[in-house]
Amino acid sequence: MAIVKLTRPKLSVGEKIYFGALIKGFFLTMKHAIASLRNKSRGAKDMASSGLGVTMQYPEQRWDDHLPEHYRGAPTLVTDEQGRERCVSCQLCEFICPPKAIKIIPGEIPSDDPWAKVEKRPKEFDIDMIRCIYCGMCEEVCPEQAIYLRKDYLISGLTRAEMVHDKKKLYEIGGVRVGLVNKWNEIK
Amino acid sequence: MDFALIITILIKIITLTFVVVLPLVPISVYFERRFSAIIQDRVGPNRVGIPLTLLGAKKDFSFFGLVQPVADGIKLFLKEDFTPAHVRKAFYWMAPALTVAPALITLCVIPFGSDIQLPGMDPVKLVIADINVGPLFIFAVASLSVYGITLAGWSSNSKFPFIGGVRSTAQMISYEIALGLSIIPVLLYFGELNLSKIVQYQADHGWLLLPFWGHGEGALSLASKMMFWIPAFISFLIFTISIFAETNRMPFDLPECETELVGGYHTEYSSMKFAMFFMGEYAAMVVGSALIVTLFLGGWSVGFGLDAGIAGWAIGDFKIGGFIHLGVFLAKVVAFILFFILVRWTVPRFRYDQLMKLGWVIFFEAALINVFLAALVIASGSGKFTPLILAIGGVLLVVTTAAIIYVAKVSEPKARIV
Repeated sequence: MAIVKLTRPKLSVGEKIYFGALIKGFFLTMKHAIASLRNKSRGAKDMASSGLGVTMQYPEQRWDDHLPEHYRGAPTLVTDEQGRERCVSCQLCEFICPPKAIKIIPGEIPSDDPWAKVEKRPKEFDIDMIRCIYCGMCEEVCPEQAIYLRKDYLISGLTRAEMVHDKKKLYEIGGVRVGLVNKWNEIK
Repeated sequence: MDFALIITILIKIITLTFVVVLPLVPISVYFERRFSAIIQDRVGPNRVGIPLTLLGAKKDFSFFGLVQPVADGIKLFLKEDFTPAHVRKAFYWMAPALTVAPALITLCVIPFGSDIQLPGMDPVKLVIADINVGPLFIFAVASLSVYGITLAGWSSNSKFPFIGGVRSTAQMISYEIALGLSIIPVLLYFGELNLSKIVQYQADHGWLLLPFWGHGEGALSLASKMMFWIPAFISFLIFTISIFAETNRMPFDLPECETELVGGYHTEYSSMKFAMFFMGEYAAMVVGSALIVTLFLGGWSVGFGLDAGIAGWAIGDFKIGGFIHLGVFLAKVVAFILFFILVRWTVPRFRYDQLMKLGWVIFFEAALINVFLAALVIASGSGKFTPLILAIGGVLLVVTTAAIIYVAKVSEPKARIV
């Protein structure tokens, strides 16, 4: 290895005395402090904060409006525009789910039901939100476009049982989704 | 009579230490956290308040998070007070108290305000012990707090606290020299060691760093006061920076620098014993800024010749001027504490050799030269000496300054390439 000789930079008298740099530092820190006090911290807008610093003060201010389109929140079940449960309980999501968070008990649709030709719908559909890792593979694998990752991220509960989303809850969060799968429609 | 005196002193001790100064400690902790937060574009503790929702109200009352220090205190009380098996127990238990006590003892000579007069009683001075050796007493007692930190480091029986303790000993002892020498010009100027009288003088004749009123008529003229402003400002700089070093505050907080020594001398401490160190540091900061305010910035005086009027204010026979002066004094102290905090979050930590060099090579010499300069300025202002003697003095001053700078420069080892 070649030896590299480093020479220290020559400091001028002003730099050696050091006070100029200190004063500059005071101005810098006070600039930030005053901007914060005036609710005008730099970059506050990008971070959607109140302006007192760039910290978003969470329960009052939220990311909700800023979430990207592809945000992966809680997985939910959706109905179509005619109010039919899209899920046909093929159980592909249950098989693909890496942490095994999904549990489906398939049920038959009785023959007097208007959607009898779909044949199957889930009797029970539980997603254990303690286990879910929000990977989105259930959404990817679903042939009926029945399961979607919504933008809900505030999932909390006091017991383990509360953290399991059952079918009712899943449809409640999921709501209606229009289009994409039309094979069961009369219109087709 | 004597009994009444003892009662007054007891009341003064209890109110001034436990009602006036001790609350300043948690308040300065709160300020430290909020101020550092806004400097760094954060929010800081702004939530902890009185949980009115628990009592059925609609909203919690969080007054900018001012209750945070109480929550911190409760947390520290509830933590496990763990004493490691390898420590020297007696000293380990003594050390935290030894850091807090000196800081609080030094409070007794600081004048908090002008006199208060209750109806039908003698005027009460707002200083616990009105002794004639104020600054000397403060230095004597404050240097005892070295023992707390050193014993903490040594008795912890573990390497990092030990290094922290040793560093702190060396640092505090070195800076005491600069501290003591730097206020000699101030004492020369006032000709007085009683802090109450020093403050009274500043109220009447202008603060040391703001001498714009009360000149002439048996006092110094404005010109000679302005002349003295230069040595006064140099001592102010040296004194303030030495106080930073004495209280182990940020640019000089090598005894506890996390990057090198884990936590420094209080690594092995937990719970309230740690909190005592914490309190001791902040109490020392409060006392330090109180001392700076007292010596250089006019203590409790409002300034601009208003003090005599304020001291005379009374409701009936009850003279309340003292309370206003107390408020002014506390406001000044809090402002100076804010300056302490600003420095902490602005200036990066020194290296240990830089610290020692600053103390021994720069401040020690600068303080010595400053004593000479101040004496010369006072002599020229007094009019008792002929211009020839003053000129000889000036030449001597220049020569000694040049000699000291030359020696300091020559004695510095050249950087070598190994």
